[in-house]
Amino acid sequence: MSDIKRTSTDRANESVSRTKNIGAILLESFKKDTMLYILVIVYIFFLILTKGGIFRSSSFTELVNQNTYVYIIGTGMLMCMLTGGNIDLSCGSFVCLLGALGGIFMVLKGVSAGVSILLMLAIGIAYGTLLGWLIAYVHIPPWIATLAGYLAFRGLGTSILQNNSATSSLSPIPVEFRDVFYGRIFPTKEGEMNWPCFIAGIVAAAVIVTVILVNRKNRVKKGYEVESIGKTYVKCGIGCAVILLLMTKLALGGGIPTSLLWVVGIVLTYNFITSRTTIGRHFYVVGGNIEAARLSGVNTRRIMFIAYLNMAVLTSIATMTVISRSQSANSFIGNNFEMDAISACVVGGVSASGGSGTVLDMVIGATLIGIINLGMSLISLDANYQSVVKGFVLLAAVVFDILSHKRKK
Amino acid sequence: MPKILLEMKNITKEFPGVKALKNVNFQVEEGEIHALVGENGAGKSTLMKVLSGIHPYGSYEGDVIYDGQVCKFTQIKDSEKKGIVIIHQELALIPEMTIGENMYLGNEQGHKFAINWNKTYFEADKYLKMVGLEESSKVQVKNIGTGKQQLVEIAKALAKNARLLILDEPTSSLNEEDSRALLDLMLNFKKQGMTMIIITHKLNEVAYVADKITVLRDGATIETIDNRGAERVSEARIIKGMVGRELTNRFPKREGVKIGDVEMEIKNWTVHHPQYVERKVVDDVSMYVRKGEVVGIYGLMGAGRTELAMSIFGHSYGTNFSGELYLNGKPIKMGKNASDAIKQKIAYVTEDRKGNGLVLSQSVKVNTSLANLQAISNKSVIDADKEYAVAEEYRDKLLIKTPSVEQLVGNLSGGNQQKVLLAKWMFAEPDILMLDEPTRGIDVGAKYEIYCIINELAAAGKCVILISSELPEVLGMSDRIYIMNEAKIIKEMKTEDATQENIMEAILASERKHDNE
Repeated sequence: MSDIKRTSTDRANESVSRTKNIGAILLESFKKDTMLYILVIVYIFFLILTKGGIFRSSSFTELVNQNTYVYIIGTGMLMCMLTGGNIDLSCGSFVCLLGALGGIFMVLKGVSAGVSILLMLAIGIAYGTLLGWLIAYVHIPPWIATLAGYLAFRGLGTSILQNNSATSSLSPIPVEFRDVFYGRIFPTKEGEMNWPCFIAGIVAAAVIVTVILVNRKNRVKKGYEVESIGKTYVKCGIGCAVILLLMTKLALGGGIPTSLLWVVGIVLTYNFITSRTTIGRHFYVVGGNIEAARLSGVNTRRIMFIAYLNMAVLTSIATMTVISRSQSANSFIGNNFEMDAISACVVGGVSASGGSGTVLDMVIGATLIGIINLGMSLISLDANYQSVVKGFVLLAAVVFDILSHKRKK
Repeated sequence: MPKILLEMKNITKEFPGVKALKNVNFQVEEGEIHALVGENGAGKSTLMKVLSGIHPYGSYEGDVIYDGQVCKFTQIKDSEKKGIVIIHQELALIPEMTIGENMYLGNEQGHKFAINWNKTYFEADKYLKMVGLEESSKVQVKNIGTGKQQLVEIAKALAKNARLLILDEPTSSLNEEDSRALLDLMLNFKKQGMTMIIITHKLNEVAYVADKITVLRDGATIETIDNRGAERVSEARIIKGMVGRELTNRFPKREGVKIGDVEMEIKNWTVHHPQYVERKVVDDVSMYVRKGEVVGIYGLMGAGRTELAMSIFGHSYGTNFSGELYLNGKPIKMGKNASDAIKQKIAYVTEDRKGNGLVLSQSVKVNTSLANLQAISNKSVIDADKEYAVAEEYRDKLLIKTPSVEQLVGNLSGGNQQKVLLAKWMFAEPDILMLDEPTRGIDVGAKYEIYCIINELAAAGKCVILISSELPEVLGMSDRIYIMNEAKIIKEMKTEDATQENIMEAILASERKHDNE
């Protein structure tokens, strides 16, 4: 949204950049969207290392399915971080507890999929309300309030599973439930062309190009400065290419995963909320200066409350996708989810002290980590080393980000 | 012929895109107090940063000659070694540490691996006496007032064996009494042979302490005025150099404004401290303001002015409220949030623009629209076009100097930040504006513009409550003045009857009464 209006400095820069060569333009764009470029570089790196393995259609489906929970919980975590670098440590353990409860409903009690979804959502809302109240109205520091949940829920979830199953695992999660979160739209066999998926890709690409061009036209009509038409075309072209590639690969891999629909739906919704609505604006100003926000009439407590309520709701949805994928509720699910979500935000460039960062930043961060994970498992890197690599990537991303911002100044 | 202690010759300093200093020449004699004045952005701070080595040797052109030698400082430690010590505007003390610990922070006494605390506190006490502080150096800094903290900063500088002391806006957070004490202390140091440079916006202070005054404008030295004559240099004379024109009237005239009916009135307004509940921060205050009227509230720091304004503004400060609030003659039950006050068309422009006024990490646009977002949104979806238009409108109206409304507020100068803060509250379209220290820390030109805005607001029939610790400002701008002391309104005066003397007298009389009780 920030680039809707071109500023006079941008104008000046632009007229300068027109006379610059392509190298300078690329460098400028690299500084602006550093993480996007790193994403591409890392992808090419693994493309070579896996001898094309990461380009297989199964890899694309895997990338989406493996990271569904990161995108969903990451969105919730982003909203918490925006309010001032606050985090939720309890989400991973809550996934374990809620998964265990979901397992009991569906596997042991035979509750239908629809009712189970509602029940799990209700439990999530209850937890979110309690957490939000503790943080916003009792003023418990978020990391302490959620640390309690982190410790308690994992223990509670595990003990529920142990008491109800000899193997500490409840399965199978019924297929009607799984179809909602881990199914495919009009499934086909792998390797066959899934036309609905491919057509959806074309439609999506067309919609995006239309939106970009109509927006540009509107700006021209209103007399605002716009970027050169060439730049717009290049952007459209790259966007279409990426979407069509992804959707073709997914089409060859058996169709659109329902998990992708959840991710896209949530990401687009929250992108709209954060960039276009008053409540989204309130999240940013609370994180930027909570006292100024309060004295400007923003209900700061309500924002904190919503952040954590929202977090619990999104965590509940993530839980459903996770137990659908693993087909069971066990005590390992949800392990380190809080760290994955925080990493996605931080690697994407979301400020650890609040007030800045977008949903799309988080998506880029999550995708980058997802590609690294997938690439490492494709080359069968030892799990311990995978952890080492991830640690360094996290650090490198932040160091790089800070250094490049410093240079900008 | 007195010795020249410091000479800065043809200093030119460039930042990407701007020449901050252009061939600046600046001379300080040993044993004098030299004032450096200029509008915000004139280059005062940059010049001092060159001198102290924050901008290292090689990053500027020209020579710094100190004590007859060309200096090549690369960091602050280098200049401090030579006895050049800066005291920055923002106090850099750690509240939880003792005075002594603070004074020797980074300059710890004793062995490399073991601090000699006895020596630290002994030495610290010695310097505290020199600045006239009676506190023990073992007292935590958070337990002493701002005025005393400023003195601790000076003691800290002395402990570094300062020969040339640079004070950047030393009185900006002090009340008149503490300011005067500080200036007298400077004069006292001068007698003992210390050389000082003072940077300040308060021209009466300049006239009071300075031997020489150097005026900077747009990164260049305009003139150096000698202030050692029999007659003090007039403020108008200094201002002329600073703004390049004669400011015949520091306060624009408000003409043809008809003062209407009483818009807001409070009766027996009492507020208690949020933590120390038994303490009253506003005690039985009754006051009113009429349409088109500018009402000044004057008082020393801690008199309860801010607390009064904030408590009216949706109970944003304090606890155990009592008293009545009337708007247009009707009693109002004020809600507990700032948003309730905004709904009643009351605005409070905060005193501390960086602390609780603006979101520095956000753009001019976002800050401008913040208090009235619903006006530019449709069912809570922000209309980006409208928002942009509003920001542009106020940018033009208030002459906010910024490359664009997308610029982060943190990058603007103090005066322009203050205008953005005003823009935010003007856009909220209030009937009653409470302005708390609206011109603190901004330069003469910007001040004048803000006074003009106040006049326009009054002309539009708004009520303005002007809270200020600058007496001339209160006298120059208000129609009526309330004087506050010790949480109470002790006197109400018409501006025609008020003078600096009788206002100060009223405060002193109330203090005496208080002491006798």
